[in-house]
Amino acid sequence: MPAIEANEVFKIFGRRPERGVRALQEGKTREDLRKQGLTAAVIDASFTVDPGEIFVVMGLSGSGKSTLIRTVNRLLDPTAGSVVIDGTDISSLDGAALRRVRREKISMVFQHFALLPHRTVGENAAYGLKVQGLNRSDRETRAEEALGMVGLGGWGASMPSELSGGMRQRVGLARALAAGTDIMLMDEAFSALDPLIRREMQDQLIDLQQRLDKTILFITHDLNEAMRLGDHIAMMRDGRIEQIGTAEQILNNPVNNYVAEFVQDVDRTRVLTAANVMEQPVAVLGAGAGPQAAHKLMREHQLSWLLVVNRDRTVHGLVWSHQVATAVREGQEDLPLYRDGLRFTTPDTTLNDLFVDAASSPAPLVVRDDDGHLVGVIPDVTLLTAMANGQPAGNGQSPESAPPGIQTPTDPSTAEVI
Amino acid sequence: MDDQEGTFIPVIEVGEWVEGRVDWLTGNFREAFRTFSDLLGTLINGLIDALLFVPPDLMILLLALLGFALRSWQFALGSALGLSAVVAMGMWEAAMQTLGIVVFATVVAVLIAVPIGVLAARNRVVSNITRPVLDFMQTMPAFVYLVPAVILFGIGFVPGLLSTIVFALPPGVRLTELGIRQVDAETVEAGQAFGATPRQILRGIQLPLATPTIMAGVNQVIMLALSMAVIAGMAGADGLGKLIVESIARLNVGLGAEAGLSVVVLAIYLDRLTAAIGGSGADKSLGAMIRRSKGRSMAQRVTTGI
Ligand SMILES: Nc1ncnc2c1ncn2[C@@H]1O[C@H](COP(=O)(O)OP(=O)(O)OP(=O)(O)O)[C@@H](O)[C@H]1O
Ligand SMILES: [Mg+2]
Repeated sequence: MPAIEANEVFKIFGRRPERGVRALQEGKTREDLRKQGLTAAVIDASFTVDPGEIFVVMGLSGSGKSTLIRTVNRLLDPTAGSVVIDGTDISSLDGAALRRVRREKISMVFQHFALLPHRTVGENAAYGLKVQGLNRSDRETRAEEALGMVGLGGWGASMPSELSGGMRQRVGLARALAAGTDIMLMDEAFSALDPLIRREMQDQLIDLQQRLDKTILFITHDLNEAMRLGDHIAMMRDGRIEQIGTAEQILNNPVNNYVAEFVQDVDRTRVLTAANVMEQPVAVLGAGAGPQAAHKLMREHQLSWLLVVNRDRTVHGLVWSHQVATAVREGQEDLPLYRDGLRFTTPDTTLNDLFVDAASSPAPLVVRDDDGHLVGVIPDVTLLTAMANGQPAGNGQSPESAPPGIQTPTDPSTAEVI
Repeated sequence: MDDQEGTFIPVIEVGEWVEGRVDWLTGNFREAFRTFSDLLGTLINGLIDALLFVPPDLMILLLALLGFALRSWQFALGSALGLSAVVAMGMWEAAMQTLGIVVFATVVAVLIAVPIGVLAARNRVVSNITRPVLDFMQTMPAFVYLVPAVILFGIGFVPGLLSTIVFALPPGVRLTELGIRQVDAETVEAGQAFGATPRQILRGIQLPLATPTIMAGVNQVIMLALSMAVIAGMAGADGLGKLIVESIARLNVGLGAEAGLSVVVLAIYLDRLTAAIGGSGADKSLGAMIRRSKGRSMAQRVTTGI
């Protein structure tokens, strides 16, 4: 079940807005409506947000993003269409039921923070809980917890006016986190912050989202921000959603000229990440294997290097084909492991950061997840190709073609040591 | 009158009509007005008696302390000196009578004005109706209220009090409405987005954020009440106003000066005091300090896990 589902949502401002919906459905344009004194802010918008993803709505000023996000928690009533939250159609709820949904399911972070200036930071963070009717001591504990999560532990007694912009928005974030809802709406939450702080907040948001498994609907007019944060991105123009897709899909397959022009200036190396361009190694060697096994494997697959992997999929090291050949010739027992020059990175590192790492070593870049498990490799060639055209470069070989006895890092159950 | 010469506009006897209404009211509801008047009279006399029951020295000390708590020691000292001068001029009793009317009228006016202002802020229709009514109340010369009030309620405190309330009410309504409309829309949305009820939003967000503006309104209510309370002397309400009226009648310059100076002292004291409650000085005042130190100790309790 999707966390949020919007079905053919229209929002039109003006007198008797329903006539605008009919006119639009009959093929009239936004400009036609304007002549009748109607503003079509959102036109026929449909999208679904899955639980646990960051869904970004991206568009220029006036494209209807704020209006759209406000129909999701019904701060604005859609003129037509429906919004379903966790299986409940909220369009038909009465005041009390709607408030219950807002308390229990959706919280919101605002562009200009919208904190209460006469309340302490702690009281602000606890606002949602106070509205929910929680007692004071529970409120304070949970607010302090949420403030800790956003790096503001111990600031509870300060007043918002004593905080910098970035810190205030952290309070806004803490307020939404403390409310304990699964869904968070963020309307240009970082747009009022300067670039450095903004970057920091984006990282923090990604981190929090992964830890807490929140569903986030994020609005921005900054394409780079959209690409960095979004699992899916909806591109909006003049009230309509033009395209929904992943960052890669939008970069590589724009549905129309508008989207294409929009994304052409994007610095791909800042958008695409290691996960987008990495490949699965053709073969890897178990850590217990000797030079003979390595030699055989490398000859079979025509490899100049081979990764050596432990049982738990952590990386043990790498061997070069010429050194393995020497070891076999000299009858050595141990693998000639190459370790010191090996470079590691994480899946969400962007390409422009990878470039520095890759240049410093002849060995491929090894991509590991946060727990140190191997998830892929990026040979120099791949990286250079990716830089050149922004597309992942495959080598045509799938890991499944690896012969028996060889582990593929994507499948730990076959982690048999030769 | 020969105003009507050379015009086709017919004569409409507005004055006669109003007179007729007032006569009709006094004729039919004499008892009701009498009872109401007696009740109000008892209340206002009780308040003034209470103010006069406290010895002047102690009263001055209390008022100065209040000034210290809400503003500063300089203000406290200044008000103590000013109020002592009132006593020295022998105006204390009259000043307390005037203060009684002002306090009473202000409380009633605010109790009526704030709810109307809140309604007007939330509802266009209410707003559109109240606006011309307030314009009328405010632009009608203050003296005019006294005449029907005296006819309806007799001579004394009560007509003065009622006309003071009517005259002082408008800025309370206006600035409450303005204050609530001015509250940042996003902050109100935040309340809604977290599921607050309209009542919770009003009490927790709109009223507190509108407080500086509402207090500016209360400040104006008080100043208008004071000026009207002086005029109320003409309707026979005891106090500084009555002394001023007397001084005019008897051409007694000395008495007029003493009473006038006392009005000034009262006005400055009340103005600065109410400005401190709502204004920018609020951060430094004692009340704000107490609130914040309470917040601090609470946060400490949480972090130390007690
Ligand atoms: N309450 C309203 N009444 C009338 N028109 C409105 C209202 N709110 C928004 N609009 C109009 O709807 C359109 C979309 O506005 P919206 O605020 O959703 O845009 P946005 O994409 O959020 O822009 P921004 O990036 O500037 O925040 C605009 O043309 C705006 O003028
Ligand atoms: Mg917006």
